[in-house]
Amino acid sequence: MTNVVLNEGLSQYSRLFIYLAMAIYTFSFLAYALNLSRQASEDKSVRAVASRTERVALVLLIVSAAIHGAGVVMRAISVSRVPWGNMYEFSITGSFVIVAIFIAAQFFVRDIKFIAILVSGFALLVLGAATTIFYVEVKSLMPALQNYWLYIHVSVAVLATAFFNIAAALSVAFLFKSSAFITKRKNAIAKPLGRVLAVFPAENKLEKLAYRFNIIGFILWTFTLIAGAIWAERAWHRYWGWDTKEVWTFIIWTLYAGYLHANATRGWSGKRSAWLSLIGFAAVIFNFTIVNLFFKGLHVYSGLK
Amino acid sequence: MASSQQFESPEIGLKGWARWFWRQLTSMRTALLLLLLLAAAAIPGSVYPQRSADPNGVTAFFDAEPQLAAVLDKFQIFDVYTSNWFSAIYILLFISLIGCVVPRTRVHFDNLRAAPPSAPRNFARMPSNKTVKSKKANVVALAEQILRKQGYRVVATKTTVAAERGYLRETGNLIFHFSLIGVLIAVGIGGGLSYSGQRVLIEGETFVNNLAGYDSLSPGTFFNENRLTPFSVKLDKFNVIFDIKNQTNIGTPLDFKAQVTSKIGANGKATSGVIRVNEPLELPNANLYLTGNGYAPVVTVRDANGNISFSGPTAFLPQDKNYTSLGVYKLPDAKPQQFGMISFFYPTVDKLTTGAKTSIFPDPINPLLTMNVYVGDLGLDGGVPKNVYSLDIAKMKQVAGGKSGVKGLELTKGQTVALPNGMGTVTFDSLKRFISLDISYNPGEGWILLFALLALGGLILSLLVPRRRVWVRKTTDGFELAALARGDDPTLEKIIAELADEIKKAKLD
Repeated sequence: MTNVVLNEGLSQYSRLFIYLAMAIYTFSFLAYALNLSRQASEDKSVRAVASRTERVALVLLIVSAAIHGAGVVMRAISVSRVPWGNMYEFSITGSFVIVAIFIAAQFFVRDIKFIAILVSGFALLVLGAATTIFYVEVKSLMPALQNYWLYIHVSVAVLATAFFNIAAALSVAFLFKSSAFITKRKNAIAKPLGRVLAVFPAENKLEKLAYRFNIIGFILWTFTLIAGAIWAERAWHRYWGWDTKEVWTFIIWTLYAGYLHANATRGWSGKRSAWLSLIGFAAVIFNFTIVNLFFKGLHVYSGLK
Repeated sequence: MASSQQFESPEIGLKGWARWFWRQLTSMRTALLLLLLLAAAAIPGSVYPQRSADPNGVTAFFDAEPQLAAVLDKFQIFDVYTSNWFSAIYILLFISLIGCVVPRTRVHFDNLRAAPPSAPRNFARMPSNKTVKSKKANVVALAEQILRKQGYRVVATKTTVAAERGYLRETGNLIFHFSLIGVLIAVGIGGGLSYSGQRVLIEGETFVNNLAGYDSLSPGTFFNENRLTPFSVKLDKFNVIFDIKNQTNIGTPLDFKAQVTSKIGANGKATSGVIRVNEPLELPNANLYLTGNGYAPVVTVRDANGNISFSGPTAFLPQDKNYTSLGVYKLPDAKPQQFGMISFFYPTVDKLTTGAKTSIFPDPINPLLTMNVYVGDLGLDGGVPKNVYSLDIAKMKQVAGGKSGVKGLELTKGQTVALPNGMGTVTFDSLKRFISLDISYNPGEGWILLFALLALGGLILSLLVPRRRVWVRKTTDGFELAALARGDDPTLEKIIAELADEIKKAKLD
């Protein structure tokens, strides 16, 4: 890579598209919120129009994802390489993949459409952090990243994160639905919340769905770990050296391995394994944010000073 | 799975306790707790610097907080992944794993040779079942034929068919767990046989692969010197390209490329090669990795008598991304007195608003070498090895630069300047680059990769292959079906419905 051409003008358009996508994600998020509040209404006629609101919210989600995707592609063209060479690019690409997988999956598995509000909210949050904290100008790839493993290792890591994310959202729904506050209490908050949750799939269905997304995530994460080790042998002169990034990749792997065992252990399936699913995803987020920005290590590719 | 122990007598004896302990250790619940414990135990190693990954960080921590560091060191916090407590957790985990999968292997082996379990009396009790009205007489034969085609293992009686598929699920699960044991063994043995060493190599210099050739070497437990294959590697040229065209990217390295000539054995053929980041040079029992680079100004120092007291390149350590670099000169043989110099090199020099010098681009567009001079005892006569990158100025007096009252030396390329007090002259002859090489080898790597990939394959089978049992029974006015799955299987209902349809439509081959 000796002759690099960066197109700064196009990267500014890309940024504009990301901002536009954020605006529409906000409307989508609000429409999903409105849908849930309508579902929670005591008035039957209000509940009847909720499905229309939901359709509007989904259309908005698809439109914002399309604009978001265009922004990602423009960024890729402006740097003439894959759009995940630093944290900003990884964030915009990763959040796009999460939304895209969700949109695709909800056509096949209708029961996951209820977590749309969490997905659109999460995408908004990630893009917010990306444009304010992680933003860097167009840059070439540092020599350590100039390798075909960048395509394999990182894209699979993004996919794994997307599956873990959807599973975590399902686990959140499960925990809400099975919480004693909703099922036992009869106060002004619990009752409408209960009505919202009544339209969600049954508890055991949410649990099984979360499990299915997590096992795909776990397989992908295992691959990410192995691919990372193979690459580390080339770039960092050893396959494994307990670098902070390697430590956290290992911690995440171990937590989800624990989650899989929990699902087969009496007394651990249900709430406890749902909490493990959330702890695992929290570790994924921690690994991407805190470890990248504040921990000393070799995996310093944020591009931030 | 753990079960509550029924004590038949108050004396359960040593054997009883051992059995109880073994059952606890190999239970799924223990495996789960040990996994969570292992995850938690790994955290401190990412918070505190580790001797293996970041030895300088550990030294800095000891300097900053000596008391806290001493306490933490007692708990092996700076060596988490080789500590007794971390090892204890994973060894227990692996014993638990072995205790779990060995009996399961035996059971699975028996299952593989056994016929599918015969049909339950009451189909309605199965999680998925269906009753179908049909006038077909050969239902049993049809069901047997269809299920066999779908890859089921089938046993038929006069009125019932029992079928099972998905044995690969458990096979995959066992492969996964055994492969993890394989990874652990390969990591252990490979680590013992491996070694890793470092060497700074300046353009024109040759590395010879013997103990003396290394600046530092960390061998594994079973390593010995004879494993070092005789070869030599000469650094012909080091090429660096920094971006100077794209506004947002100026000064960013685009490529590091070391051109080398290697010879294997004493009279080997000279072969030219390239080492890049991500592209090590592979020689017998050694891989050479490019881990760093910097400048090595070539300088000649003449003493008061005009005799050369030093001449050659010196590796300077880069201090920032524009390669402001720090180097040290020690001249123990200079006459009339020994002296030392702390030197800065700026590839493209510029002045900060404070007046201090800095480098604004990593390539040598406008290079400048500056030197502060110290006279006095260099401390080299004590026989204690000294760091070549630092000068101990405690017992020395500064005679040029800083607050000495005499301006420090400044040299552009090719320039000669006088040292203060008639001590002699310094010439900046030319500029070379150096590379830092990591030379290492781990014979276990191939095995680790093999077991890791086997584990991944096993994992995919164990999580995605459905294990199902299906039964069909002929009744007086048709037939009934039932199915049972190991674990969660969302398609069970659909499978039963499709099978019923197929039986209704099918004809015997």
